[in-house]
Amino acid sequence: MSDAPALTRAAPPVAVGQPLIRLRGVTKVYGTGEVALLALKGIDLTIAAGEFVAIMGPSGSGKSTAMNILGCLDTPTAGQYLFLGAHVESLSRDRLARLRRRYLGFVFQGFNLLARTSAQENVELPLVYRGEGAAARHAAAAKALRSVGLGGWEHHTPAELSGGQQQRVAIARAIVTEPAVLLADEPTGNLDTRRSQEIMDLLRGLNTDHGITVLMVTHEPDMAAYARRLVHFIDGRIDSDVLNPHPVEPGLPAGQAR
Amino acid sequence: MLLNSLWLALRSIRRNLLRSFLTILGIVIGVSAVITMVTLGKGATQAVQTQIAGLGSNLLMVRTGQRQGHGGGAGAPAFKEADAAAILAELGGVAAAAPEGRTNVTVVGNGRNWATNVTGSTNAWFTTGNWKLASGRTFEAEDQSVGGAVCIVGETVRREIFGGAVGAGGLGAQLRIKQFSCEVIGVLASKGQAAMGNDQDDVVLVPLHTLQRRVTGTQSVATLLVSMQEGTDSTRLKASLTQLLRERRKLTAGDDDNFNVLDTQQLAETLSGTTQVMTTLLGAVAAVSLLVGGIGIMNIMLVSVTERTREIGLRLAIGALEREVLLQFLIEAVVLAALGGIVGIVIATGASIALASVMGVPYLFDPTINLLSFLFSAGIGVLFGYFPARRAARMDPIEALRHE
Repeated sequence: MSDAPALTRAAPPVAVGQPLIRLRGVTKVYGTGEVALLALKGIDLTIAAGEFVAIMGPSGSGKSTAMNILGCLDTPTAGQYLFLGAHVESLSRDRLARLRRRYLGFVFQGFNLLARTSAQENVELPLVYRGEGAAARHAAAAKALRSVGLGGWEHHTPAELSGGQQQRVAIARAIVTEPAVLLADEPTGNLDTRRSQEIMDLLRGLNTDHGITVLMVTHEPDMAAYARRLVHFIDGRIDSDVLNPHPVEPGLPAGQAR
Repeated sequence: MLLNSLWLALRSIRRNLLRSFLTILGIVIGVSAVITMVTLGKGATQAVQTQIAGLGSNLLMVRTGQRQGHGGGAGAPAFKEADAAAILAELGGVAAAAPEGRTNVTVVGNGRNWATNVTGSTNAWFTTGNWKLASGRTFEAEDQSVGGAVCIVGETVRREIFGGAVGAGGLGAQLRIKQFSCEVIGVLASKGQAAMGNDQDDVVLVPLHTLQRRVTGTQSVATLLVSMQEGTDSTRLKASLTQLLRERRKLTAGDDDNFNVLDTQQLAETLSGTTQVMTTLLGAVAAVSLLVGGIGIMNIMLVSVTERTREIGLRLAIGALEREVLLQFLIEAVVLAALGGIVGIVIATGASIALASVMGVPYLFDPTINLLSFLFSAGIGVLFGYFPARRAARMDPIEALRHE
């Protein structure tokens, strides 16, 4: 974790291999009565610290719902969700938010950067909510931007950056808090093949070099091939959960590519 | 935490400069309208009070006729000089009583002429009217009894006829009033603009007998000026004054008064009361525009919240608490409204100074109304910013992130 930003209130290190996430019989129902939609039909899933998991499946299979629950953005209708041994399913809205700000980082398909706001300030945003002082924020954000290969781009706004660069800023924003888990929802969905590979290299590097657990939703087998574990969802259930015997080996070092 | 929210709010305002300006325009207009109205109203009130104070404090003006105001004297018999003497002699609490007659005449002197007001009275007139001499002397007993050819001029008349230094020039010179000439024995200290804009200094004072015998040719006295001693109950004095005059004018119990008594203090209270009511009324009308400004802020904040749904979703996802998002948007609304308040105060100060000089009323800076308007506009920010802010804070992060 040598390159990760040093923070005064960083998440406690989670030893690789230690169980981090445990779903037990998780169901999710949207709506009530006749229009009720059973999105998840009893999911059991255990993820250990340091894993790189790709969650796949056709649309409507429940993978996004599962991702929202894993990301503590939503709570299960029934079943248990243990995060570091704590019951997430019974937490209030604010406690979920505190859990997210402390342990989780998010990367979205649409980048979701603040417009007309510099890369630096975008990356600082999570630290604002953690109450970090300005000096600590600047230092941590600069470091995070360097670690995604965007040193020198601090003062550019999203409009001045390419799609791949914008997603790197988003990744820097996700890792600036030294999260235990990075949740990426179709991170390469808006990028061409070349940029997609760069982003995947970056995510793999964060996983292998920094020990960050990466959970990624994707429907592209090429991207899923970077993960070491593949979970397939079909019709609200886990259809298969297999280890990837041959994840894609490092190609171009991340950060040099443009 | 609060500082962070303030920082975020200021950033967001700066990002949308034109829209922010349009948003606060309502508040700006509201605040400046309220402050301008109230400031001018207070200035007008003070102007009225100053003018009435210039008439002489604790003064009762007795005129013939039943009603106060113009034209009421027709038909009613005039007063006599002896009435004034009787008032002073028979009523308690009277400091001075002056009979007064007036006529408009063109006076000639030093090769120039000037249409002015020639007033005939006694030395008591100085007490009742709060007059002082800038130079020279008052009437001597002989001037008053035989109607001597002496006169005392107001500053305006002195300036128009004789010119020269204020309060001095013209002393000892001759002034012709109709067919007779009088010696200028004194100059009145200037009082300036009086009530309803007429110039109190545009006056020539002669002994009452001089006016009666040499100018008007009648024995009548139009007005009695009675000044009360400090601390006298004006209501009681008015009652006994009325009673005395009824007796002297031989009115029986069934007759109405054929004269009226005007209390300057009462007049002052009535007039300033009127301007105060006007001020309150105008201020209230202006306050409505503040309310409209607040609705404008709510409108824009709602648009802003909808527009920034994804941003709110992101903030919530990365761990912003509900109350942090609430505070961010609330502070944004308050900062906008307070900014409008400050701009409004600046505009109101300029407008008040300009309008006060146009209207001829004094400009009085009123810290209370400025502070109150500022706090009120900030309060409007809280009131109308809360609903949009709460809407933002209650958003579901998943839905918000999906928003297009």
